[in-house]
Amino acid sequence: MNLSLTLTINGETREIVLDDPRVTLLDLLRERLGLTGAKKGCDRGQCGACTILVDGQRINSCLALAISYHGSSITTVEGLAQGGTLHPVQQAFIDHDGFQCGFCTPGQVMSAVGLIAEGQTGDDPERVREAMSGNICRCGAYMGITEAVIEARGKMSETKPEKAA
Amino acid sequence: MNLFEYIRPTSVAEAIAAAGEPGSAYLGAGTNLLDLMKGGVTSPNRLIDLTHLPDLGKIEQLPDGSMRIGALVKNAALAHDTAFSKAYPAVAEALLSGASAQLRNAATVGGNLMQRTRCAYFADPASACNKREPGSGCDAIGGENRHHAILGWSESCIATHPSDFCVALTALDATIEIEGAGGRREVPITDFYLLPGDTPHEETVLEAGEIIVAIKLPANAAGFAGHQRYLKVRERTSYAFALVSAAAALEIENGTITEARLALGGVAMKPWRSAAAEAALAGLSPTREAFEKAAEAAFADARPSGENAYKIELGKRVVARALAMAAAGTPERMPALPASPFASDTGAIAHV
Ligand SMILES: Cc1cc2nc3c(=O)[nH]c(=O)nc-3n(C[C@H](O)[C@H](O)[C@H](O)COP(=O)(O)OP(=O)(O)OC[C@H]3O[C@@H](n4cnc5c(N)ncnc54)[C@H](O)[C@@H]3O)c2cc1C
Ligand code: SF4
Ligand code: FES
Ligand code: FES
Repeated sequence: MNLSLTLTINGETREIVLDDPRVTLLDLLRERLGLTGAKKGCDRGQCGACTILVDGQRINSCLALAISYHGSSITTVEGLAQGGTLHPVQQAFIDHDGFQCGFCTPGQVMSAVGLIAEGQTGDDPERVREAMSGNICRCGAYMGITEAVIEARGKMSETKPEKAA
Repeated sequence: MNLFEYIRPTSVAEAIAAAGEPGSAYLGAGTNLLDLMKGGVTSPNRLIDLTHLPDLGKIEQLPDGSMRIGALVKNAALAHDTAFSKAYPAVAEALLSGASAQLRNAATVGGNLMQRTRCAYFADPASACNKREPGSGCDAIGGENRHHAILGWSESCIATHPSDFCVALTALDATIEIEGAGGRREVPITDFYLLPGDTPHEETVLEAGEIIVAIKLPANAAGFAGHQRYLKVRERTSYAFALVSAAAALEIENGTITEARLALGGVAMKPWRSAAAEAALAGLSPTREAFEKAAEAAFADARPSGENAYKIELGKRVVARALAMAAAGTPERMPALPASPFASDTGAIAHV
């Protein structure tokens, strides 16, 4: 069984050989590549803590078999900041207190980046909440999260008007 | 999770040949299959990965006006396809009311059709379950069964089918295109799922090794585009399975219903088309009384399978409300909370 795959992770192309076909993208990132930003909350698609982007789309990495994603391009929370500058979504989470313990935050942030790219919500808080419902926050920081997503979306569409919803 | 052999075929024919070996399972996005394998509910020894197959990822309009959706099209991509959601808005609404944005981005439409029940005893290998282990019994009977079936259940199994997508497809007469070692065939979705009877482990008409290649929606279903809705009552506003749901579609001419379509979710092991309710509506004007009459007809044969008699009353109200929403007209824009009873018609914020 050939268990080798090519992935582009945060812009860097990597050839990976798995020792076991059962490895999920989440376990590959966390346990084998040292990228522990994506969190394992439930491991069953129910919390969103493991959210990453695959080819620009947000998915739950805990229910993704790594070997099946051969040829994909992956962005994790580690790949968002440019040098010393945080991504607008990261900055907005800080500015709006979009977290308390922080465990769900990398998943929330990646989900928000995906949401903004999807361009379905506009700045309607109800649409933003619905589109963020795949990310559970046990600390209940939802108010700050919703505000942060709306603000980051606004800032990003100012700089990239073609991406506006 | 058990160890398995991973196989990545490069053609449908190769996939079918590989799946002919006993113990094989097709892998779509894995959002249901991996979940079940992690729980030890299913343990296939070969996974045939469909996701790299060419040609199964297209949404096409066919010359006769029908639409063909390749089995690998993502749930989100279909819901947001402009031509598709204009022609079949209730299907788009059903898709967007299911799971979460992350899951919809990953999940394939073929996998959605084939997802397994959410019966908690099915998911727990320590419980008796005729579906998971034929002949072992059914711990849901007499157990925690508030979410279980009220139509079409048997003494062997009282589970429900969890898909939202399939309910809207059933209302609109979708057909499933299947390929196997013996060639291609098409099956109406109303004949695709099997009721449990004495063999609850047999869930669809798919034979071993057969693969879903596409789903088709007929051109005439688009005639309902102006009046169709999906309504889904769940235990929280979003990211939850249906307790009861309904897809309703109407053709209204000069204030009279000329044709009605109704399918129910969360009530049986298959998406439940109600011919009786449809017949009850034809020729009536779209009024509350007509919708309540249809709701009575839809649940005439319903029986609780445990602590779930509430679902019959809830189901009637869901049907009457879904029909009223359909009669009011398909909203121009997808509601902020798709298929939610809490979504207001004006788009105003209806929950905090
Ligand atoms: C937390 C959570 C919440 C959810 N909520 C909802 C909800 O509210 N509503 C809803 O409808 N769904 C819901 N789902 C289920 C989700 O929609 C399904 O998991 C998904 O659609 C399955 O698609 P997949 O591509 O991941 O399939 P997989 O998991 O890859 O496969 C599922 C099954 O289908 C078979 N299969 C896949 N493709 C084919 C094919 N082409 N031909 C033949 N067999 C095939 C596989 O062998 C497997 O048995 C939820 C899931 C999770 C994890
Ligand atoms: S209801 Fe069906 S799926 Fe649930 S335990 Fe009984 S046999 Fe199994
Ligand atoms: S860890 Fe993936 S959804 Fe919870
Ligand atoms: S900040 Fe603690 S779980 Fe969200």
